[in-house]
Amino acid sequence: MNLTLKIWRQKNANDKGKLVDYPVSDISPDMSFLEMLDVLNEDLINKGEEPIAFDHDCREGICGMCSLYINGEAHGPDRGVTTCQLHMRMFKDGDTIFIEPFRAAAFPVIKDLIVDRTSFDRIQHAGGFISVNTSGNTIDANAIPVNKHDADTAFDAATCIGCGACVASCKNSSAMLFVSAKVSQFALLPQGQVEATDRVLNMVKQMDEEGFGNCTNTGACEVECPKGISLESIARMNREYLKASLKG
Amino acid sequence: MSGILNSSIGRKFAMALSAFFLMIFLVQHFAINLLSVCNSETFNEVSHFMGTNWLIQYVMQPILLIGVLFHFIMGFVLEIKNKGARKISYVKNNGNANSTWMSRNMIYSGLFILIFLVIHFLDFWFPEINIKYIQGDTSGLIDPNNAESGLRYYEELQHKFVPVWRVALYCIGFVFLSLHLLHGFSSAFQSVGANNKYTKGLRGFGKAYAILIPLGFIIIALFHHFNQ
Ligand code: HEM
Ligand code: SF4
Ligand code: FES
Repeated sequence: MNLTLKIWRQKNANDKGKLVDYPVSDISPDMSFLEMLDVLNEDLINKGEEPIAFDHDCREGICGMCSLYINGEAHGPDRGVTTCQLHMRMFKDGDTIFIEPFRAAAFPVIKDLIVDRTSFDRIQHAGGFISVNTSGNTIDANAIPVNKHDADTAFDAATCIGCGACVASCKNSSAMLFVSAKVSQFALLPQGQVEATDRVLNMVKQMDEEGFGNCTNTGACEVECPKGISLESIARMNREYLKASLKG
Repeated sequence: MSGILNSSIGRKFAMALSAFFLMIFLVQHFAINLLSVCNSETFNEVSHFMGTNWLIQYVMQPILLIGVLFHFIMGFVLEIKNKGARKISYVKNNGNANSTWMSRNMIYSGLFILIFLVIHFLDFWFPEINIKYIQGDTSGLIDPNNAESGLRYYEELQHKFVPVWRVALYCIGFVFLSLHLLHGFSSAFQSVGANNKYTKGLRGFGKAYAILIPLGFIIIALFHHFNQ
């Protein structure tokens, strides 16, 4: 396959940045999107040019490091996959592909296609945990009975890899899908009850302070999420938040 | 509970509550308008009751006004905050791949509704307030000095729908209301945290509501225009 890539290049956080055209040839449809970028980067390095900076780690859809806004969609046109799992067979020979960083005021660009997603870490620190006594009296989690449906729903929420595609896809750069997944995975389990009130209040407060937008319920996040986190999580967080506001 | 309007979720909750109120009001308004097509006398009597009953006038009417004001002011507040959350936009964005046009353009459908509402208030609400509370005529009669002249409401309504421009403007206003509600109806339930086994059915009902109620208003406006 021969393609024209329009890639966002930006030297550093303060640089203005612009789209630069890169023709690539002999791309196999079996390559992953990131492998295709590896080929381009090797080419650039051989020519003595600066390679394109992009995030990646596991390359098997579990770490949440890869990002990229490809042809107007987070993680590209395929569904239920991260950019590292996106295959070139999703494109046609001769296509022009726009490759931009995830855009949000709370995700500032560091370089080229790499954005700073530590705002997600700060939201997690604000309440995305449970406190467990590990001084030798730890109770086996399996000793506490959990309703099967709740356990499954909590597990589904816990599959969120924190990639930020929800924020990137949302017209308001809202982080509601991510935060609601992190709230849901504990709200549904007995272990999460002790800190439930503070957790949701603090995490939402941090989310707002980071400058993410409000939710308009467009559902774009749910469609683009590689892990299928659903709007039901957001509704659950809304309930948790309203309940917690009345209490605290 | 303090400062719930300072949180993103609290603002959307309040937005949804005001929207629920407006959607219930809309049904009531529609029902009375429908009377104007069915029976002009009943329409006159109900209009007179609504226009002179103290509960409606001094309790419900202020709540409605505050509800509308709150809804569109909060709509603008949310829009400004949301725009600020992405300072640099995408060169290529494929919104249609993951969301409906209606959901992405609530502020624009809302703006057209607001324009319509201003005209609607100038047409009906201000004249009504003027007659009743400034001129002090609460008789509801065509000629306040003649008890035989009959109630004025139906006649005024008919008169308003003579000009084509006004009928056209009302129709356009209702098309935008329909677009607003096609997303808004189910969105409001999501905002208050209701997403469960009834949601699918509710979405269907919401679509029907969002199409049938505005369509009904349009038909009533056209009826009066052509039935002079
Ligand atoms: C007066 C002019 C109006 C303006 C400027 C306006 C604006 C808006 C905006 C911007 C939103 C989206 C808020 C967001 O989620 O970001 C919204 C939501 C909504 N509006 Fe309006 N609106 C207006 C009138 C109305 C009317 C007359 C109705 C109903 C009869 C209505 C019903 C709704 C509903 C049901 C929602 C969804 C609430 C939610 O998502 O929780 N709006 N409006
Ligand atoms: S909710 Fe989905 S899109 Fe958002 S961060 Fe988690 S995995 Fe990524
Ligand atoms: S690189 Fe780990 S999810 Fe894509």
